[in-house]
Amino acid sequence: MLLIRCPYCEEERPELEFRNAGEAHIARSSDMAATSDDDFEKFFFIRSNPKGIIYERWRHMHGCARFFNAVRDTVSDRFLMTYKAGEPKPAKLPGASK
Amino acid sequence: MAKAAAKKTAATAPSVERRPALAGQEFSATGVTLAVLPPAERISLRAPEASVAALSKALGVTLPRKPKTSAAKAGRTALWLGPDEWLVIDEAAKDPLADCAKLTVLHSAVGISHRNVAISVTGPAAAATINSGCPQDLSPDAFPVGAASRTILGKVEIMLLRTAADAFRVECWRSFSDYVFTFLSEAAGDAAA
Repeated sequence: MLLIRCPYCEEERPELEFRNAGEAHIARSSDMAATSDDDFEKFFFIRSNPKGIIYERWRHMHGCARFFNAVRDTVSDRFLMTYKAGEPKPAKLPGASK
Repeated sequence: MAKAAAKKTAATAPSVERRPALAGQEFSATGVTLAVLPPAERISLRAPEASVAALSKALGVTLPRKPKTSAAKAGRTALWLGPDEWLVIDEAAKDPLADCAKLTVLHSAVGISHRNVAISVTGPAAAATINSGCPQDLSPDAFPVGAASRTILGKVEIMLLRTAADAFRVECWRSFSDYVFTFLSEAAGDAAA
């Protein structure tokens, strides 16, 4: 079974306790009413869907119930690292090939 | 006079009859025994870091701050569920909700005594029984005595507490208790085989 490290529980836990919660680092506009339709479409619908490294939100649903961010390789399904919600995108990834 | 007597009974007796789910059910297999534990007082407690000290003092048990741990004192157990979330179980019939009510520090305490049902799993095959539906590592190194965690068992969410080397307390929602008890009974038979 795939093990995912929860940054709040500070250990690796089985994937069955987790839920994916979509792409990370998508900031909601502070003034939604002023957002143009095109920008709203980009914010609301358009996702990067890369082949390779993706930054995602995950939730430790059946554990501490906290949301956190994870860096995952969509090709190998390997989790490169996880970090707490609200922390900036990591500049350097451990074990990344590029 | 009869009216007065009836009034008095109504005032002292609880307004609704309490019928615990699965009350008193037991199951035994080689190496493992399941028993539905008697009703207990429980609260779901959410509080920021700044309130933890005051809450610990009021509850009489130090709220654990380390993940996957619990603390127990005088029949009262506090389970760490999340960075700001605890489950407090009182088996000495003293309502922890009343202890929290006096406090003015920021917190949210919700009485969930009737929401949960507790099942004890004891015996040398206890860990194997739970592991048949729970993916967590329950070896003594990873899940020592006193370790507590919210996790899953089969299809449902449970709260698991290791009370002794070969004893666990499984807390689940009342409506899932039938599923959990049946699941554990089946698993106990397999673990024994």
